[in-house]
Amino acid sequence: MSKHLHAAPTPVGGRLLNPATFACGVLILTAFAVLALRFWGGLGAVTNLNDGYPWGIWVVADVVIGSAFACGGFSVAMLVYIFNRGEYHPMVRPALLASLFGYTLAGAGVIFDLGRYWNFWHILWPGYASPNSVMFEVAACISLYILVMWLEFSPTFFEKFGWTNAQRKVGRAMFFLVGLGTVLPMMHQSSLGSMLVVFGTQIHPLWQSMALPAIFLISAITIGYAVVLFESCLAAAAYRRQIELHLLTPLAKVMLGMLSVYLAVRFGDLIVRGALGYAFEATTQAFMFWLETIAFALPFWLLGSPAKRANPANLFTGGVVLMLAGILLRVNSYLVGYQTGDGWSYFPSVPEMLVTFGMFAIEVLGYIVITRRFPVLPREDHAPAGQAA
Amino acid sequence: MSTRRDFLKRALAGGAAVAGAAATPCAQARDNAQLSPDAVGLLYDATLCIGCKACVTACKTANDLPIDYNTSADAVWDMPLDTTARTYNVIKVYKNGTATIKDAEQDGYSFMKTSCLHCVDPSCVSACPVNAMTKDPVTGIVSYDKDACIGCRYCVAACPFGIPKFDYQSATGAIGKCQLCRHRMKDGHYAACAEVCPTGATLFGKVSDLKDEAKRRLALQPGEVTQFPRGNLSTGDQPSWEGAAAKYVPHLFGDKELGGTQMMKLSAVAFDKVGHKPLPDQSFASKSETLQHTLYGGLALPIAALGAMTFFAKRNMPKDDDATHTDKGGKQEDSK
Repeated sequence: MSKHLHAAPTPVGGRLLNPATFACGVLILTAFAVLALRFWGGLGAVTNLNDGYPWGIWVVADVVIGSAFACGGFSVAMLVYIFNRGEYHPMVRPALLASLFGYTLAGAGVIFDLGRYWNFWHILWPGYASPNSVMFEVAACISLYILVMWLEFSPTFFEKFGWTNAQRKVGRAMFFLVGLGTVLPMMHQSSLGSMLVVFGTQIHPLWQSMALPAIFLISAITIGYAVVLFESCLAAAAYRRQIELHLLTPLAKVMLGMLSVYLAVRFGDLIVRGALGYAFEATTQAFMFWLETIAFALPFWLLGSPAKRANPANLFTGGVVLMLAGILLRVNSYLVGYQTGDGWSYFPSVPEMLVTFGMFAIEVLGYIVITRRFPVLPREDHAPAGQAA
Repeated sequence: MSTRRDFLKRALAGGAAVAGAAATPCAQARDNAQLSPDAVGLLYDATLCIGCKACVTACKTANDLPIDYNTSADAVWDMPLDTTARTYNVIKVYKNGTATIKDAEQDGYSFMKTSCLHCVDPSCVSACPVNAMTKDPVTGIVSYDKDACIGCRYCVAACPFGIPKFDYQSATGAIGKCQLCRHRMKDGHYAACAEVCPTGATLFGKVSDLKDEAKRRLALQPGEVTQFPRGNLSTGDQPSWEGAAAKYVPHLFGDKELGGTQMMKLSAVAFDKVGHKPLPDQSFASKSETLQHTLYGGLALPIAALGAMTFFAKRNMPKDDDATHTDKGGKQEDSK
């Protein structure tokens, strides 16, 4: 790894108020207004939740999908430190930053959805906490992981404020933090799949499986790389920086490798359980299954050759399509494939969606502010930084 | 720097470990939970039910529950169509064709009680992350403690019978479900629905006694005259009455379903027509907990994984690395 000498991270600089940050601000304020109504009148005042679908997009989008999108830091750190691929080192900080926001917001977002939020601490309190519950495992691991990630990222702040002593101390423990930061997401990303096992026959056979933990974990790692492709392309375009093709091109290949493992596990499981037949029935579930499968397969076509992997447009599209595939897997298994009995239906209300948009806006705003003011992205001498949003 | 082969080797090893762990749920398999010998429950015999709904009213009174309009709000009285966070017990009706013959599938009708089945191995208890849903080790009653509850609604989503319900209309909403009138038991009372049932269609008692009674009825010839107990089967607190046995579906619902339930049902109309789809014998809770205990039993697998990851991270990380960048001097050089 010492062979890889990279440009040091530097603040991008530039104005903080621009059309992008302004739009984020508006979305965030709207979300807070909706949340005020939710806390005043109960969940029913703003959401379309019901007893047939007690979990809506605040769980599935903000937490289950949001945390999978936040796997970039975990996926890249694993590549660099566990698989010793030091050449990807410059990507660790930006990826970690996005993860930090994704997870912190997923953790905070749970509070809005809890009907009895003032008791939230019970989930980690001995005497209340129930280790048999998959949700306990998810909550414990995500809470600990958020803490670990802030520590992993803390050198960025220490560096900015010139606290070299603190920076050195955290640096010495970093190998252990990286170890924890790899194992904890493995645990809770797999558990986000295990959560559905207790639902039994209420989950359609295309998604109900004892292999759910493996399916959710491998897809989350794959999506981690997809999010890095997406973010790197977007950051390059927005900050008028050079696109890091020398990193993104080989990373896309790693992503395809992981994606092959995913598809092998997913279809191997369907065949072993004898559930593939359900994919050929005339049902909404079968249709959504194929939509999901196409989205998972499309990156092979978009990024299948070295020439395509060197094309920024393909890298960006490949990342976006795979993120979409991750959304579909999670929406399908938690909502489309959830059959709780006749007569129930759910589609998120507009206020419900506004809160979810607001949550993602906080992530985007935070990313812009921190990359402009703190040393996250590698220094670039070729192009002037921070001209436009 | 490692070679591509090393990378692939480790990737495969990691993948195999994860897949192996997920695919071998036999290491610490947990069987269905067992019924307590002192468990209490209900036996509902749809053929004895006359649809008077005295049990619905008694349940409301016993649990101090408010009026619950899920029909129109200007109705003269409330007529809950399903259980909610404010209604723990309803009698539903099956109708076919002219709906004139009681307990007939064709051109007939049948009643069906909807309330908590008090599973022997409940999904809601397994799902609950804060022990707000608990199962009494002696009586087997599945109870709810709103002071422990965080309102995550995992129980609502997990219950295969759709029983725990959440109150979405309140800023301090809680779960509502039947707790078999456990708060009335210290005064010598029992489930209000069984106490008021005029025909003994809802019968309270020890689960073992209720099962014997159900099997006795299933062995009767249709039309055969027999005694039907009322109230509390185990204490015989109310007089029984003489009547003719119906032509039962030869199945005691709740005997085996998901490891058994403490509220069981008899019917003359097929159970899938009165709201009970077929369910496997293995409880979903045991599947979920077997998976969790395999992956996290004694924290062996996570600690082994942490050891391996920390080892690789330590080996691959230069001494001065702070995980976020290596080169503090700001040397401008790319890896390629």
